[in-house]
Amino acid sequence: MATSFLWNYTKKFVTASIITVTVSDRYVTVIPVRGDSMSPTFNPKSGSLMEDVFDDYVLVEKFCLGKYKFSHGDVVVFRSPLNHKETHIKRIAALPGEWFSTYHNSDVVQIPLGHCWVEGDNTASSMDSKSFGPIPLGLIRGRVTHVVWPPPRIGAVKSIPPQGLAFF
Amino acid sequence: MVATIFRNLGPYVSAIKAAWGKTFVIFKGFCFLHITSTYVISAAVTSGPSMLPTMELRPNVFLMEKISTRFGKVSRGDIVVLRNPQDPRRFMTKRVVGLEGDSVTYISNPDNDDKFETIVVPKGGVWVEGDNKYISNDSRNFGPISYGLIQGKMFWKILPLNDIDLSGINDLKRSIRSCKLKFCNTIVFNF
Repeated sequence: MATSFLWNYTKKFVTASIITVTVSDRYVTVIPVRGDSMSPTFNPKSGSLMEDVFDDYVLVEKFCLGKYKFSHGDVVVFRSPLNHKETHIKRIAALPGEWFSTYHNSDVVQIPLGHCWVEGDNTASSMDSKSFGPIPLGLIRGRVTHVVWPPPRIGAVKSIPPQGLAFF
Repeated sequence: MVATIFRNLGPYVSAIKAAWGKTFVIFKGFCFLHITSTYVISAAVTSGPSMLPTMELRPNVFLMEKISTRFGKVSRGDIVVLRNPQDPRRFMTKRVVGLEGDSVTYISNPDNDDKFETIVVPKGGVWVEGDNKYISNDSRNFGPISYGLIQGKMFWKILPLNDIDLSGINDLKRSIRSCKLKFCNTIVFNF
C-alpha cells in the first residue's frame, strides 16, 4: 500500500534527522569553511582551479564544550559577537588573564576572565578580535580537528600558535 | 576460526538483536530529548539574591523557551538565562534592560552614591541587569554581553508554589541589603 510505505519512509527520515542533529550538536560535525581569512590553513588560494571553486570541509568536535579548556593555537568555531546567527572559524591567540599585543597596534590588552582573543591565519584579510575585541568563551561552538575535503589536503589541523605575536 | 565463532553465536543472535533494538530505542529517546531541550523548551533551577524580589533566594524552578531567542525576539523586560561571560561553564539569570543601539542609564554603585552613567549598547550586544541592584553581578560590572550567550527566555514558574508574602516587604528590603550571598547560580537542564 502506498500510504503505509510513505509513512514508513517518513518515520525513518525523521528518526535519521533527529539522530543526525543530536550527534552533530553534541559530538562531531562537518562544516564548510567560507572565505579566506584562514588561508593557507583552509581555502588556500593556490593556482589550481579545482581548489578555488570548492570550499574546504572540516571536522569539528564538540567534546571541548564540556570543560571549555582550550589551548593556544586551537582553531575554533564560534558565534559572531556582532550577529548571533553567523559562525566564524579562527585560531585562538590568547586565553583569559593573559596580556596580549599584536604586531599592528602598540596597545597591550589584558584578556578579561572568560574571554579569548581569536585571529585568522591570513592577517591581511581577517575579521577577528582585531576588529571586535576578545570574545567570550561561551560563544565557542566547537574545535576544528581535521580537514576532510578536498582529498589532497585531508589531515589533522595542527594547533600552532599564530606567528609573530608577543606575549608578556 | 571466525566461522566457528559465528556458528556458536547462533542461539544468541536473537538476544543480541533484542538488546540492540532496546538500546536503539533508548538512544532515539535521548536524541528526541536533546532536540526538545536545546531548541524548544527546557527547565532551569535558579538560586541566589540577584533577582530579588522577582525570584526568591531559595531554589526556584522555571520553564524557559528557546524558540524566540533563536529568532532574535528578545525584548526589554524579558528574564533570560545566559552563559556567564566570565565563566562559560556557569549560567546566570538576568533581566534584559537594553538591546543593541539602546542608550542605557544606570547607577553603577547604588550603595555608595547616586551617580548615573550612560552607555550605548553596541551591535550584537545586550545589556542585562538583575532586579536586585545592590548585589547583582551584571552588565554594570562586565559590560554588555553578546546576544549569542543567551540560552533561553523564562516564561513560567513551576516551583515554589507560593508567592512571596508582600506584607513583610520592609524586612525583605533589609535582608536584601545585608545579604552576604554574592553567589548567584542557575542550573540549566542541558544534560
